[in-house]
Amino acid sequence: TKTRKSIAAGFDYIFSGFSHIDDDFYEELEEVLVMADLGVHTTEAIIEELKEKVKEQHIKEPAQCKALLVESIKAQMSVDEHAYDFENETSVILVIGVNGVGKTTSVGKLAGQYKKAGKKVLIAAADTFRAAATEQLGEWANRAGVDMVAGQEGSDPAAVVFDAIASAKARRADILLCDTAGRLHNKKNLMEELRKINRIIDKEFPQAHRETLIVLDGTTGQNALSQARQFKEVADITGIVLTKLDGTAKGGIAIAIQAELGVPVKYIGVGEKIDDLQKFDSDAFVDALFTTGTPEGGDEND
Amino acid sequence: MAFESLSEKLQNVFKNLRSKGRLTEADVKTALKEVKMALLEADVNFKVVKQFINSVTERAIGQDVMTSLTPGQMVIKIVNEEMISLMGSETTQIDLKPANEITVILMAGLQGAGKTTTTAKIAGKLKQKGRKPLLVACDIYRPAAIEQLEINGKKQDVPVFSMGDKNNPVNIAKAAIEHAKTNGFNVVILDTAGRLHVDEDMMQELENIKAAVDVHQTLLVVDAMTGQDAVNVAKTFNERIGIDGVILTKMDGDTRGGAALSIKAVTGKPILYVGMGEKLSDLEQFYPDRMASRILGMGDVLTLIEKA
Ligand SMILES: Nc1nc2c(ncn2[C@@H]2O[C@H](COP(=O)(O)OP(=O)(O)OP(=O)(O)O)[C@@H](O)[C@H]2O)c(=O)[nH]1
Ligand SMILES: Nc1nc2c(ncn2[C@@H]2O[C@H](COP(=O)(O)OP(=O)(O)OP(=O)(O)O)[C@@H](O)[C@H]2O)c(=O)[nH]1
Ligand SMILES: [Mg+2]
Ligand SMILES: [Mg+2]
Repeated sequence: TKTRKSIAAGFDYIFSGFSHIDDDFYEELEEVLVMADLGVHTTEAIIEELKEKVKEQHIKEPAQCKALLVESIKAQMSVDEHAYDFENETSVILVIGVNGVGKTTSVGKLAGQYKKAGKKVLIAAADTFRAAATEQLGEWANRAGVDMVAGQEGSDPAAVVFDAIASAKARRADILLCDTAGRLHNKKNLMEELRKINRIIDKEFPQAHRETLIVLDGTTGQNALSQARQFKEVADITGIVLTKLDGTAKGGIAIAIQAELGVPVKYIGVGEKIDDLQKFDSDAFVDALFTTGTPEGGDEND
Repeated sequence: MAFESLSEKLQNVFKNLRSKGRLTEADVKTALKEVKMALLEADVNFKVVKQFINSVTERAIGQDVMTSLTPGQMVIKIVNEEMISLMGSETTQIDLKPANEITVILMAGLQGAGKTTTTAKIAGKLKQKGRKPLLVACDIYRPAAIEQLEINGKKQDVPVFSMGDKNNPVNIAKAAIEHAKTNGFNVVILDTAGRLHVDEDMMQELENIKAAVDVHQTLLVVDAMTGQDAVNVAKTFNERIGIDGVILTKMDGDTRGGAALSIKAVTGKPILYVGMGEKLSDLEQFYPDRMASRILGMGDVLTLIEKA
């Protein structure tokens, strides 16, 4: 796509267009990283580290510099080998995030994947607030071929989760996926509500593995850091679902979040269909963000 | 909060800028370095920041420093003025045809930006003004999109026109306008599906709607938390379908909303409203000056300067 190509082209350009590593080179690199939503702080940290390595290893060629940078980001973003163990345990997966990022859709996609893998899956419709949230999730439950527990519009979401846990136990479900309402992280009362849902799960289902996924929109800029930081205060976040990565080069903010908060990306959303969810692959992600990979690259940005 | 530390940083910069009289290049450069960082942290597009900093630098060097200000503050004053003029200096109203004609408004934007919610919010505002709005469900893709619009319409006591999800949006839009004509509605608001600007088929769909019906206002709904890609989104929507105004949603969060500046810079189109919450009454006028200080993240510094 156009944007993906343009960022990648910029990236390739600075490594092939510069004959040696100087201030201009680093300035161009800064531009590329900031344009990929890594943010000023993470960008500066990355460049500082790179400068040191370049000195230490006596690197003279921009091309070598590129490999160094890409490898270090890949290593930083790589997912722990036990990151998906919960998929094979009795698990409660709580899905949280700000408004419109793709929580409900991701719950539907995950349900579809787990079901396909032979799991018994149950969905809790704990967004009792947004108009037609339950109808929307109900359609996803249909598509995935799994059952859903819901409450009345305006009812207490914690009560829905409570009921869903009882139901999950009774049916011996392998995985209970809880969709929640979108909430901005600076809204105290809504964050308290999340804390309450958390307590209910801990209390009612202590034997289950707890997985808490924060959904981040890949288009989001620096605010995603604030989101991750503040959701982390009320919930024990175990991973990120980075959505809307289809089409354009986005999601660079995940690098900043991993660097600052150590929360790994576990899944990515790449479309609106049920199969458009993938396990995170740090190599593919970094390559897609920073290197053209395909010979078609080289579109300009403006 | 990040905002305060930025202000502190700037105060420190100010302290170190001692020269009086005219702004020197060194003064300007030092102060603008912090401003550049602030704008990037606020998600203003890198290229827009570069252009902006260049034009401020040009304007600021050699200017007389007001006696009440330090050179650093003087630079910020110029930055602020330039920001406001870039953002558009006054609040703009949504353009409507006379009440005896039908005004068609098309809502467009990326997935999850807030189109459906904003559609209902705008309908409420127009109703208050004595208009008779009709909401139209042109999103045939998202699960329960129609129900969502219907529930919101009911809350606002505004009728919703829908033909299910088996008709194409062009036909739905055409039929809705016929329906409006025969039933005395004078504003028709088309809620469309979310789409990526790089999705060729979906962008074509909007072009088809605009070719088939006489859309008076095309409003781009943008999430205030959008990052660097906001320029590409706004530019592509504007080039492909032409936009008349922008609505910035989720401004009740703690985002600095730098996307607003990027969008304004690349499209030149006014920001009409800001979404300030999930309730259907949470839609406010857009004030360029408030937005400027929010993006700069230094409201307190600006208050200082305004007093000077
Ligand atoms: N292109 C694309 N669209 C997506 C993706 N994930 C979700 N969406 C779309 O984003 C929009 C919002 O998705 P939802 O799942 O409703 O988001 P949510 O976080 O549940 O929203 P709220 O419950 O209102 O806070 C819908 O139009 C989805 O189809 C993705 O990976 N790619
Ligand atoms: N906090 C806050 N939430 C908002 C605002 N505007 C919309 N939302 C929320 O954002 C989410 C997405 O809103 P929708 O109106 O469904 O967005 P959309 O653009 O129609 O989404 P698609 O049709 O899936 O593309 C919902 O949870 C809304 O309640 C706002 O100004 N502030
Ligand atoms: Mg949802
Ligand atoms: Mg919608």
